[in-house]
Amino acid sequence: MRTTKIPALLGLVAATVAAGDAVAAGLPQLDHTTFSPQVIWLAISFAVLYVLMTRVALPRVGEVLDERAHRISESLRTAETLKGEAEAAAAAYEKALAEARAQAHEVIQEVRERMAEETGRRQKELDERLSAEVAEAEARIAEAHKQAMAEVRTMAVEVTQAASERLIGEALDAKAVGAAVDDALKEAR
Amino acid sequence: MANPLKQFEINTIVPIHLGGVDASFTNAALFMVLTVAVVTLFLTLSMRGRALIPGRWQSMAELAYDFIANMVRDNVGNEGRRYFPFIFSLFMFILFANLIGLIPYAFTFTSHIIVTFAMAIFVFVGVTVIGFVRHGLHFFTFFAPSGVPVVMAPLLIPIEILSYLSRPVSLSIRLFANMMAGHTMLKVFAGFVVPLGLLGGWAPLAVNVALTGFEFLVAFLQAYVFTVLTCLYLNDAIHLH
Repeated sequence: MRTTKIPALLGLVAATVAAGDAVAAGLPQLDHTTFSPQVIWLAISFAVLYVLMTRVALPRVGEVLDERAHRISESLRTAETLKGEAEAAAAAYEKALAEARAQAHEVIQEVRERMAEETGRRQKELDERLSAEVAEAEARIAEAHKQAMAEVRTMAVEVTQAASERLIGEALDAKAVGAAVDDALKEAR
Repeated sequence: MANPLKQFEINTIVPIHLGGVDASFTNAALFMVLTVAVVTLFLTLSMRGRALIPGRWQSMAELAYDFIANMVRDNVGNEGRRYFPFIFSLFMFILFANLIGLIPYAFTFTSHIIVTFAMAIFVFVGVTVIGFVRHGLHFFTFFAPSGVPVVMAPLLIPIEILSYLSRPVSLSIRLFANMMAGHTMLKVFAGFVVPLGLLGGWAPLAVNVALTGFEFLVAFLQAYVFTVLTCLYLNDAIHLH
């Protein structure tokens, strides 16, 4: 280790000394005899660069960037109009949908009303028919009742005549019996 | 061991003298020209397709454009549009100079105070001229912030003027010192790798790897700081306070 460190240290010293020597000898930057050629060539080269930049390089880059910005803004504008169109189409569709919905609602309402009307009409018809049938049936019942009552009277008269014949041996006059039966029936009622 | 400051030496490649002024093509000049070429090639080649949907290279170029365009818009406002090409050139120039400088054996001309100072002075003078052109003598009110008691004026106005005059100094030293310190550190630690031997050399090597990553951050950050400060100075000149 020691053997490698000594040359290393020597190297360090040598480098430091060399640097010190150089500083002592003066910086090359401070040698004023080199000033004029440097300034002259700086002026020449920078002037050339300036002209090349203004005439050649910058217009090219600028053109491309302008072109791109133009294209982008144009695309954005197209997108904007397309978006507007799409929105208008959506609005129109929305409107048509609402209209169709309203129309459908109307039709349904109409149908519902017609159905209600029809149902009412049929109900009335049925009611009428049923009441007519009821009235007819009642009439028939009344007829049957009358007939039955008449039969009951005749039978009562006959029974009374037969009973009287058996009891007193003589058939009572039909007319008198009829009147009595009628009286009895009136009372029973 | 190599001198860590040797990398900052200016070497003449083609000696040119114009009327007694040294205008030689040096290694710094070579990398300035290279930077201009790389920036231009990067922007033109990547935008060659002019694709509506950018690829990776085109995305980078557009990102750089948008980055600086947003910076100018946020810091200067709408009046800054005119200066966008300059701000963009400045940012790309410094950024690519810093990044190219990170390639081993490359020269980093932003590590030279004269280069950064020349750029900072140009920005300073330019911004001041813009301020005077826009506001005339009214520009001087910049040094007297509104809402300050008159009693404070004798103290505040010299401070404001001094801080205004120190702008190019701080602007240039910040970039130069960052680049120089980073590159010196890289070189110093690299210089330790071999002398410390097979066992110890790994430590400075690891540090160098970390430093290199850090230097990429610094390269971007310093270009950003230089540019954003230029935008702020420009904003001050256009809108005063």
